[in-house]
Amino acid sequence: MRPILAAERLGRVLPGEIPVTLVQDVTLAVERGEFVVIMGPSGSGKSSLLYLLGLLDTPTSGRVLLDGQDTSGFGEDELAATRLRKLGFVFQFHFLLAEFSVLDNVLLPLRRLGVLTEDAARRRARELLDQLGLSEHGHKRPYQISGGQRQRVAIARALANDPPLILADEPTGNLDTRAAANVRQILRDLTRAFGKTVIAVTHDLTFAGAADRRIGIVDGRIDPDWRA
Amino acid sequence: MSIRLAIAVTHLVNRKRPTLVSLTGIVLGVAFFLAVSSLMRGSERDFIKRLIDNSPHITVSDEYRNPQLQPAVVRWPEGAVEVRRVKPLTEVRGIRGHARKLAFIESLPGLRAAPVLMGSVVLTFAGRIEGVTLSGIVPAKTKGVSTIEEKFTQGSLDALAANPNGIVIGVGLAKKFGLEMGSVVNAASPGGEVRTLKVVGMFRTGNANYDETQTFALLKRVQGLLDRPNRINRFIIQLDDPYAARDVAAVIEERTGYKSVSWLEASEDLMSVLLVRNLIMYSVVSAILVVAAFGIYNTISTIVMEKTHDIAILKSMGFHARDVRRIFLAEGVMLGLIGSLLGLALGLGLMALLARVEIKPPGATELVHLPIYWGYEQYLLAAGFALASAVGAAYLPARKAGRVQPVTILRGMG
Ligand SMILES: Nc1ncnc2c1ncn2[C@@H]1O[C@H](COP(=O)(O)OP(=O)(O)OP(=O)(O)O)[C@@H](O)[C@H]1O
Ligand SMILES: [Mg+2]
Repeated sequence: MRPILAAERLGRVLPGEIPVTLVQDVTLAVERGEFVVIMGPSGSGKSSLLYLLGLLDTPTSGRVLLDGQDTSGFGEDELAATRLRKLGFVFQFHFLLAEFSVLDNVLLPLRRLGVLTEDAARRRARELLDQLGLSEHGHKRPYQISGGQRQRVAIARALANDPPLILADEPTGNLDTRAAANVRQILRDLTRAFGKTVIAVTHDLTFAGAADRRIGIVDGRIDPDWRA
Repeated sequence: MSIRLAIAVTHLVNRKRPTLVSLTGIVLGVAFFLAVSSLMRGSERDFIKRLIDNSPHITVSDEYRNPQLQPAVVRWPEGAVEVRRVKPLTEVRGIRGHARKLAFIESLPGLRAAPVLMGSVVLTFAGRIEGVTLSGIVPAKTKGVSTIEEKFTQGSLDALAANPNGIVIGVGLAKKFGLEMGSVVNAASPGGEVRTLKVVGMFRTGNANYDETQTFALLKRVQGLLDRPNRINRFIIQLDDPYAARDVAAVIEERTGYKSVSWLEASEDLMSVLLVRNLIMYSVVSAILVVAAFGIYNTISTIVMEKTHDIAILKSMGFHARDVRRIFLAEGVMLGLIGSLLGLALGLGLMALLARVEIKPPGATELVHLPIYWGYEQYLLAAGFALASAVGAAYLPARKAGRVQPVTILRGMG
């Protein structure tokens, strides 16, 4: 079976007086349903790699294949459409819209896609919140719930349009042990029970232990010998 | 409601103070626009109405617009004919065959015409001498083209019609000469003819110069006095539709050959003054709306700056640059629309207030209300301009918002 996501000799250099190399020569393939973590020292380029894999940033060399499709020729519109349908992001700093309720935050991608009716979209959003144990909190604003709950809202939102691929950047980075365990369990379940593919950047060894595979990044390159 | 619109509404509702301030700018701009425009347009229309009511719509005079062509030139228009040292015929000045011409003019629909012979005469009374303009008129016809009869303080046009030796003068002249009804004055023409005329009517137009220099007598009498039998030197024409004057004048000039001047042509300079006045007025009131647009620009720019993170999230979720632009354009449209509606309401209120203000124009004896124009095109213009400036003001910040790159923001956070 072809990989859901593949990177071929991926590189990203920030132009400038002194060009900065963020990522270089990264080649990898992730299978459907896999739970992969990216690890490495701080500043090694893990987030940068994740942005490239998630089509948020454009590589300066190499290419990203999503579901076998080369994305290097995509224009801004195609990139946005792909992010909307195929990718879900969970960032370290929850990134919810503070002016919208928890439910409305989860509804954002559903409404933007516009495939479901308003009623159906609401049902789906509620369902997701239920699954993530947030049924009580739909009407609350993001600042009225805890950090762990916010992270779960972010996951619910990432799942809204049922994308095959979830990308997470240190999803447990600022959660306590129990909340972190909860989020870890959820992400793992997504791959096991729902066939989603999860790629997560983490420093958390317990989190890494739950993954199918660990990829080490040092100085922007894959380092097969890297151990935390 | 589309998700873009919902986000736009949320942005504005959560920023009540700046939203209200920029709304107020638009509201005041639109209201002021309407108040000034309705007053300026109202006074303009009032002025034009006076002009139409008090001056002839068309004057046909005994002049030609172009010199008469030589018969040889008329006969061979393509030929190399040049006639030199032409000595013009001396002819009695005036419109020839005026009865036939009057019949033609009166055959045109929607107008009334009156023949006039105007000339200068010298009036003498009790040792005082004064040059005045004497118009020979046909009272029955004059009634159809002039409001002079309404201005009579004593006597009437009918009295003039009944008295071949009558003269009608203005109150100014009467005062100067110490004339009363029934007084008898001598009128002398430049040619030396003298007639004795009796005052049978007096008028007051309110125009001091007119009231001192204009006098009227019967056409036959004036033709005799000026020694121009059977001649007149102008037709005064009044139309049912004053704005047809230009076209009707052209028809008359074409047929009669005599110069026919419509009131529009005669007051061209006034019309261009009115145009300049309108230009100035609309520039000023539009400038106010442009200033109000800066308020909107400021508000929306601030929102864009505050919301860069939200924009980054939306774009990472799959919102297009276009979606993001539309969110902020929608904010401009909403501010413009709501501002225009409230501004229209306030403007109508101001107009109603202005319409109740009473003033006393110079020369008038009665109080009149300020003339207010209620035409709908002003509302469209004000609202349209407000909306356009609001959208224009939203455009730049919206474009900037559309260009936000999520990675740049995410890197800044990470
Ligand atoms: N805008 C920028 N200009 C210059 N260098 C940058 C910029 N953004 C990131 N970098 C550098 O790029 C490298 C990779 O950064 P990145 O955020 O990908 O690291 P990371 O592995 O995610 O680190 P962390 O574990 O701390 O999140 C770092 O050395 C960082 O200093
Ligand atoms: Mg990072």
